[in-house]
Amino acid sequence: MTEQSPNGNGRTILEVKDLKKHFKVGRASIKAVDGISLSITKGETLGLVGESGCGKTTVGRVLVRLYEPSDGEVLFAGEDVHRTKGEDARSLTRKMQMIFQDPQASLNPRMIVSDIVAEGIDIHDLAASKEERLDRVHELLETVGLSKEHANRYPHEFSGGQRQRIGVARALAVEPEFIVADEPVSALDVSIQAQVINLMRQLQRDRDLTYLFISHDLSVVKYISDRVGVMYLGQLVELADSEELYANPLHPYTRALLSAVPVPDPDYESERERIVLAGDLPSPVNPPSGCRFRTRCPQVVEAAAHVDPPWREVKPGHWIEACPCFA
Amino acid sequence: MAAMHEGNILQVKDLRISFSTYAGEVEAVRGISFDLRRGETLAIVGESGSGKTVTAKSLMRLLPKANTLIKGGEAIFEGENLLKLSEQQMQKIRGSKIAMVFQDPMTSLDPTMRVGKQIVESLRKHLGLSGQRAKERAVELLTLVGIPNPEDRVRQYPHQFSGGMRQRVVIAIALACDPQILIADEPSTALDVTIQAQILELLRELQERLGMSVILITHDLGVVAHTAHRVAVMYAGKIVETGTLREIFYNPQMPYTWGLLSSISLPTADRSQDLIPIPGSPPDMSDPPKGCPFTARCPYAMRICAEDMPEYTTFSAEHKAACWLHHPMAPNIDPPARVGSAR
Amino acid sequence: METRRDELTADQFERLEVGTQDSERIVGPPVGFWRDSWNRLKKNRGALVGLAVIVVVIIVAYLGPLVSPYTPYGQDLSRRFADPSSRFWFGTDEFGRDMWNRVWIGTRVSLYIGFLAAFLDLAVGVTYGAISGLLGGRVDDVMQRGIEILNGVPYLVVAILAMLVLSPGIITITIAIGLTSWTYMARIVRGRMLQLKEQEFALASLSLGANRTRLLVKHLLPNSLGPMIVNLMFTIPLAIFSEAFLSFIGLGIQPPDTSLGALLSEGYKELRFHPYLLWFPTAVFSLLMISFNLFADGLRDALDPKMRK
Repeated sequence: MTEQSPNGNGRTILEVKDLKKHFKVGRASIKAVDGISLSITKGETLGLVGESGCGKTTVGRVLVRLYEPSDGEVLFAGEDVHRTKGEDARSLTRKMQMIFQDPQASLNPRMIVSDIVAEGIDIHDLAASKEERLDRVHELLETVGLSKEHANRYPHEFSGGQRQRIGVARALAVEPEFIVADEPVSALDVSIQAQVINLMRQLQRDRDLTYLFISHDLSVVKYISDRVGVMYLGQLVELADSEELYANPLHPYTRALLSAVPVPDPDYESERERIVLAGDLPSPVNPPSGCRFRTRCPQVVEAAAHVDPPWREVKPGHWIEACPCFA
Repeated sequence: MAAMHEGNILQVKDLRISFSTYAGEVEAVRGISFDLRRGETLAIVGESGSGKTVTAKSLMRLLPKANTLIKGGEAIFEGENLLKLSEQQMQKIRGSKIAMVFQDPMTSLDPTMRVGKQIVESLRKHLGLSGQRAKERAVELLTLVGIPNPEDRVRQYPHQFSGGMRQRVVIAIALACDPQILIADEPSTALDVTIQAQILELLRELQERLGMSVILITHDLGVVAHTAHRVAVMYAGKIVETGTLREIFYNPQMPYTWGLLSSISLPTADRSQDLIPIPGSPPDMSDPPKGCPFTARCPYAMRICAEDMPEYTTFSAEHKAACWLHHPMAPNIDPPARVGSAR
Repeated sequence: METRRDELTADQFERLEVGTQDSERIVGPPVGFWRDSWNRLKKNRGALVGLAVIVVVIIVAYLGPLVSPYTPYGQDLSRRFADPSSRFWFGTDEFGRDMWNRVWIGTRVSLYIGFLAAFLDLAVGVTYGAISGLLGGRVDDVMQRGIEILNGVPYLVVAILAMLVLSPGIITITIAIGLTSWTYMARIVRGRMLQLKEQEFALASLSLGANRTRLLVKHLLPNSLGPMIVNLMFTIPLAIFSEAFLSFIGLGIQPPDTSLGALLSEGYKELRFHPYLLWFPTAVFSLLMISFNLFADGLRDALDPKMRK
């Protein structure tokens, strides 16, 4: 599988090579991620979009080593993240962190905020004394827009947006370089989403963070990402700069996805042409042969069933799964 | 009871609903009024805690009796106040004249009953159809909502359908008796975007074809832009602005609406600029603020906003907003640049 | 709520400075899980009564015999079957032994059994369940099959076997209970582990670098305390009842030692002519059972997170 080339002005911090993750359920095997390759440059935000079952959450979890890959490699600054051990593994843990989706479930309801935020500090012995630990917690809380007084409260006393901020503070505590944000704003009200998105952008500027932003919300992804990858049934079908992808989507799935997103602009909505996909998502246990999208593709041709579409760079920086129907 | 305005199928006046919880009384809906015209889709937009779902459920009297307090107001439908009808009378209306579609298709269907049977149940109860005729009608309905191979699928169980298909079934059940009003509470939120598009298209087609009136409850302004004719914006238990679709999106008159429109990241948004979020969080409804509920988060707040609720200012036949900024004594404010035309 | 104000002054239209800090402030003391649960428990009268009765019974069981001039084992055949009086508050049995003493000594034994079962629940049940649930996979499969085998053998059979191998008595009962009563707790804890370890806060901890021990001790167990405590509270009366049953049919405590079950057994034999021999142990036994169940019920309601706002 050919690799994604970095966009010139920075070094590659993360490389994913033909990553696969299959889950065994009884005798069947769910091919959640089935061959993904990409690379991320330091300081960029790579968006990963797709609908439920496409595997994007699984990709995120494999990257932060919550899951072991079934095949393929993940290289962070050249090191294979799943093969490191001991001290190297620990320092790698600090560098790659995750922000989770559900503000209810992502914080331990029995712990106070300062313990939640300081967990990374405790695990990696980053504070020499209790005072230092508390100082760092206060600093982190203020960085995310909360206050010192919030430190000895319990999660249920906070709103969804505040809980997400606590989650961000927790991830920042170990001073990561790379953060996987798995649907960080999907469970929040619209007016709160903007707060958290602004916070993430600011943190990125201040701390030179690199993000993998996973979401099903295309508008949010487009806004926050430099480049965007579209996933379908465990594979990447298109990858391009954010503006380019939305202006010139090439893969029929991307086009259908973009046209399906309702835009909060009535004139735009009434004028646009909608591509409504027929049918349902095939099962990831038994994905269609050849081009996986062919069962729902409006432009499907016979050849799609027999050929595994190659991953090609059709324009500089714009990659697609080049299925026979349109390539 | 006042005579119904010509063309109105439902008139809600000064609806007030609270819940008694162990922490005290929570005022969910604090005096809202709106009309539903025949054949239109009215969207009630609001975030969590705004009271929109409580409003919808109250019209169907589906709120838990144990701790719900209907503190006042009327909901006039066909000359009767829905809030005052007995449970027996409501049962005749539910499912036949007014139907509801809920958010989660997983839990809306009985998993142990075949889909056809669930549709036929409604037909039998309200229309007295039975046997062959009922089965035929069930198949017709599944066809109407776009389910392929309806003759086969009518005998299947809910778990054999995907999320989108299940939602179609739920819609079929809702439509079984040709209701005059369909209340859809976040009908597509739990679905994937491509399926969401299908369901919204379906609702729109059905509405045009059957001439139903639809109340669409949602927090998603994109969905509103696609399907609604008129919009009511709710915040903290009150309706702060109503208007036609274009009026709300292109000429909003209330800072909360401005805030909502500015904080959504449109596909056309400029990436180099930060979004303009609404700071803070919605108020606690067990102790609702005096005056305008949006005051604490409003960049234009004035002293009077904290003291008193503003009256509605009317801008057109359909468009009104409740905000002190429109009082003759208030300073002149222009809405933020990004609001008004999203393009 | 909406007052009609005809006179509005210009200064009311001045800018109001609103700090979002105000809207984000949280009032009141931090309300942790325990405080919250205790508040809820306090409102449940049945539970509080149950708790009070349990405490009273325990105190009397230990202090009761001390205030009596008699002993539980001292026989005096001249005073057989004496009715309850100011001299023998609960009467005497067929050997002239003071029933007040015997009932409370018996209660002590029953309580011991109950708390022993609870202890084993904790020591064995929680450990077993936690390991099984946390490790999952093959280990879990094997451990669960183990439990199923243990459960397959009826408790009575285990007790009889124990009695044949060792002499009947308190040791036997201890072993019988020790082998069987903890399995339910193990199942509960395992279930919680399986559920909790997929939750995002557990994943977050792992992604921060926590090892499994830390995950267990700081995250999974604290969030399982609710069901664990409730189960403990139900285990106690269950164990007391099991022992009573065994003793009643003669497999349990042997004379001259006694337990509530043994007393029930003896009292039952004399029901016709000396009913007081049955009433007093019955009253204490019933009180204990009801109180533990009431309290456990109340605890479950108080600790159940679903009831939270």
